Amino acid sequence: MENTITTFRQLYYTCKETNKKIYEAALDYEASKGENTEYKVRLQAKKSLDAMKSAIKTGLCSTESSPSGLSGNDCDKLQKRFKDYGAILGSTAQKIMTYTLATSEQNLRMGTIVACPTAGSCGIVPAVLIAYAEDYNITENDQINALITAGEIGRIVSVKMALAGAVGGCQAECGVASAMASAALTQMRGGNIKQIINASALVLKNVLGLTCDPVCGLVEIPCVKRNSFLAIHAVTASELAMANIISKIPADEIVDAMEQTGKLMSPLLKESSQGGLAKTKTAIALEKNILG
Amino acid sequence: MRQTSIIDIISPVMAGPSSSHTAGAVRLGLLARNVYNTKPDKVTFKLYNSYALTGKGHGTDKGLLAGILGFSVADERIKNVFGTPEANNINYEFEFLEDFNRHPNAVDFIFEGGLKMSVSGTSIGAGEIVLTKINGFSVNLDGKYNTLLLVYDDMPGVISNVTGIIQEDNVNIASLHCDRSAKGKTASMCICVDGELSKNCLQEISDLKDMYIVRYIKKLED
Repeated sequence: MENTITTFRQLYYTCKETNKKIYEAALDYEASKGENTEYKVRLQAKKSLDAMKSAIKTGLCSTESSPSGLSGNDCDKLQKRFKDYGAILGSTAQKIMTYTLATSEQNLRMGTIVACPTAGSCGIVPAVLIAYAEDYNITENDQINALITAGEIGRIVSVKMALAGAVGGCQAECGVASAMASAALTQMRGGNIKQIINASALVLKNVLGLTCDPVCGLVEIPCVKRNSFLAIHAVTASELAMANIISKIPADEIVDAMEQTGKLMSPLLKESSQGGLAKTKTAIALEKNILG
Repeated sequence: MRQTSIIDIISPVMAGPSSSHTAGAVRLGLLARNVYNTKPDKVTFKLYNSYALTGKGHGTDKGLLAGILGFSVADERIKNVFGTPEANNINYEFEFLEDFNRHPNAVDFIFEGGLKMSVSGTSIGAGEIVLTKINGFSVNLDGKYNTLLLVYDDMPGVISNVTGIIQEDNVNIASLHCDRSAKGKTASMCICVDGELSKNCLQEISDLKDMYIVRYIKKLED
């Protein structure tokens, strides 16, 4: 089939040849597959963006604990700290960390979130995208374009590997979310095609091997806080990419490495909670308390 | 090669915390509800393995019931589904089991009422689900296509009759899956179609000789 976009290389050359942005090329490609018109994709992006904003808003004001009792008040703690002491990374980074926890905590309370790409990694893309958009006055239309850019990055990775911890470990969930967030951010900052793809590549290169070993099999430890870490990771990658720092290993090869790493990873470390953090002394004790 | 769309990556809007254990559970319930197709007197949910073990913490039990009640994956009522008027309106029961021959995220729905029916399904990750058995017949229903499910007397010519009627409706068949209990006994057919089957077409198929169950199961929209 002609004109398929299944690799970053194809995405880059499609954009270059047609003189289009990533989100434009992505929308064209979706439409060419038949079912998803530009209108339909934009409508979903708007719906998702609204739900992301609403999850952040609700999460910022809640201290309700999760059904397991393991978590739920970290966002509140962070906000209190930042009231008195600003983050050394600056006010937007501060907002990103806070928004990430707000969304992730809403998730474990069974609140409404957007799986982007998954529920466990739901805090990363919204926090980076919305915090930056607020602080730098990005229009809603450009936020939607950034979310579609992020979606295209996630889609291309998903061609080669399923975005599920059970298949690829956390590199495939929070790792990919971070790459998506980095692309969205770099898009909003006016980065070019190369810089956007590079930002994603730099993220993925630096999450290789990240395992999925949640305590008690719940999307809580280490997932909630990990969302915050990988949101800042996305910012680091965007800064490097905007400085034209290039990933010497191209994005597609990094995805290949990631897929191979996922396959080599023991099943004990892929969402089975049979190894790693999930089998530490403390985790086993928590398991007894919670699951009985 | 896997074909996903951007829409899959930036959605669904859902009640947390887990795509496989919460959203997947709701979608399994919704699809099973469409298969049963009438209000049951009672539903027994049998949760297996990871669904049984971490289901409470992930709200898998709530998700399954919410799906049976017709709530969507983003419905705010999922969290407190046990207290809703809809839930009080039917009898339900949960069993938490271990069977390592089953998928880690497996569930059986046992419907009782005018018709007794058992439906088995699994949640395969990232909110994707598949119903694998209906009344012991193997099926392959993932909610991505409008699907015609038939249970009928096994005899020569049925597949040709049914596909002929669908052809007359000018609808393309995306996949066809058949199974039977034994030669000459009951058989099942799962036909996924692109587009929509007309009322006439469905009626014509229902009117075929010795059809026991005819269900037109719409694809799941999040």
